[in-house]
Amino acid sequence: MNKRLFLKLSASAALALAIGSTQAAETLKIGAVAPKTGGLAGGAVVSFWPNVKLWAHDVNSRGGLDVGGTRYMVEIIEYDDQTNPGETIKAVQRLATQDKADFILAPYATGLNIAAAPVFARYGYPMITHTAISDQVEELSSKFPNMYFTLGGASGLAEGVAEVLAAMKAAGDIGNRVAMVNVADAFGIELAERAAPALQSAGFDIVYQTSYPLGTQDLSPVVKGAKEANPDAFVAFSYPPDTFGLTKQAVVEDLNVKAFYTAVATAFPAYAGANGAAANNVLGAGGVNADDPSFQAYMKRHEEVTGEKPDFWASGMVYASFQILEQAIEATDSIDRKVVSEYIAKNDFDTLMGKISWDENNNNSAYWTVGQWQDGVFKGVASTGREGAVAPRLKQGWE
Amino acid sequence: MDILITGLLLGGTYALIAMGLNLQYGMSRIMNLANGEILVAGGFAAFWFWTAGALSPLLTIFILAPVAFGLNWLIYIIVLRPLVRRAKSRGQLEVDSILTTFGLSFVAVGLMLATFGGDYFSYSYMLTPVEIWGQTYAVNRILAFIAAVVICGVLYLWLNRSRAGMSIRAIAVSPDSSRLVGIDVPRLAALAFALGGAITAVGGALVSTFLTLDASTGVIFTLKALVIVIMGGVGDVRGTIVAALLLGVLETFVARVIDPGLTLAAAYLLFILILLFRPQGLFGRRQS
Repeated sequence: MNKRLFLKLSASAALALAIGSTQAAETLKIGAVAPKTGGLAGGAVVSFWPNVKLWAHDVNSRGGLDVGGTRYMVEIIEYDDQTNPGETIKAVQRLATQDKADFILAPYATGLNIAAAPVFARYGYPMITHTAISDQVEELSSKFPNMYFTLGGASGLAEGVAEVLAAMKAAGDIGNRVAMVNVADAFGIELAERAAPALQSAGFDIVYQTSYPLGTQDLSPVVKGAKEANPDAFVAFSYPPDTFGLTKQAVVEDLNVKAFYTAVATAFPAYAGANGAAANNVLGAGGVNADDPSFQAYMKRHEEVTGEKPDFWASGMVYASFQILEQAIEATDSIDRKVVSEYIAKNDFDTLMGKISWDENNNNSAYWTVGQWQDGVFKGVASTGREGAVAPRLKQGWE
Repeated sequence: MDILITGLLLGGTYALIAMGLNLQYGMSRIMNLANGEILVAGGFAAFWFWTAGALSPLLTIFILAPVAFGLNWLIYIIVLRPLVRRAKSRGQLEVDSILTTFGLSFVAVGLMLATFGGDYFSYSYMLTPVEIWGQTYAVNRILAFIAAVVICGVLYLWLNRSRAGMSIRAIAVSPDSSRLVGIDVPRLAALAFALGGAITAVGGALVSTFLTLDASTGVIFTLKALVIVIMGGVGDVRGTIVAALLLGVLETFVARVIDPGLTLAAAYLLFILILLFRPQGLFGRRQS
């Protein structure tokens, strides 16, 4: 090897080392625990996991988090909790003690969050939930002061349905006959219990009401029963497989209602994909301000980076909860969990879902309750104080 | 009448779900806990062919059946035959195969997650109503029912009329004595297992036209299939069909007349009653 080449090589090696060392900034270990298998995997794989990937990509591609001038790249440590609360607890514990994670993203879905809340509290991790829907927010936040709620409560979601239907009735578009069904599982039962009095006090007559077990493979008896009661509106507090199943059955039975509502997974892109034109004007739980440019930009990025479409409810909120954490770290210039937690408690946050602020129970009290598929986009039609709701339309047949 | 037809349609679905497991458990003595995953994989294949190539699930099954047959054959030869070889008794083989196929079910879920993702899979195929005696039914369910009738009928005839079928029944009754009369037990057991897998995958493709699946739903179908196979009697095609139809009609009756919330309770009540009064199942042979 001649001398000049050697010099060149060593110079470039030194340069590479120098660049390498500036680029190999500090890393921040972020834990993520959610189902990749088990009963709730279908939801977590749409709403949660792609957002983890997208957020890490977004943060790292702009050079990491800026903490008082030091750049921190985020490193995600993922665990599959198999939709098993015991596994969620174990994984969070492992992240805290073995992996020494700096922060842990909140788990997926109400039950798994409640299961993990004591562990988050014990190790002092801020827990910004994104998919926990509970009416025990007051109790939970007094027990776990670091626990935050963003997606709303069961009564809000149920009352939102009554509110949308009442507005249709007031406009003379529908009569007062409602058929209401629910899946016999915690979420469905809770919502049905709240919706019944809300509907009745809005002057509705519940002409058919029943529940069906989780995993029912033939929902035709439910839809036939509802149809025989001749309702003006059909409301189902359903879970993903039955949200699809009830819709398909309604198509077959040509359930002639002016308002058709199914709950979880109505906002999923797969719902529109499976039902095509029949999905148009279907009402569902959740919603977003779909016309907001920041949400639209998020949707575009989500699809580019992860190859999947986000849903029109929880997806955006999951990402927003990561944004809250990110903003709190950068604003405090600290990775100290206590400092960051204090900042989260005392401040409002601008996220892609709009402004998030906390009430006395660490709860985001302004959230979307009902959305509707309108020409291929699931738009928010009712909320507890968010901007950008569009007017609901009447369901006109299933073609 | 409406209850009877809806119930029979649901029963046909159940027969599709359970028939493959009956062959695998009854004939080749493998209690296959990965049965539901094979079913979901069949459903995924149908979804994929439908969305990517607009290929009707009714055609997909003709591609799916031989592929699933080959795949299950390989699974049997590679994973399960060593268990059969070393098992000293039927009981030991059952325990070993339960553990192994339980593990296989996780592998299958993982593979499906990696290839298809964990999203829900649902599409609309033949989602048109048809009217029978003043009541409407979905065409895709009727198609699945017809397919179930055809599959079960052909299988029944094959098992009872053909030489290979009768040999398979012989190994179901007594693998040891079958050897004495010149039946190639290892080959036929593999055949029965592979055939069961193929039927399950075809069943998956058919039920995917009206059920929403995701990578993790297999276990629900495994459980249902298990209940039906045990109710009908292990190793008897007629038992599985009768149990499936019975369950379908009962669930529909309870859902329409009493309350949809009680369908599961009614199904398991029937299961318990059968276990109490006829532990070998409806068509099962009492074990000596």
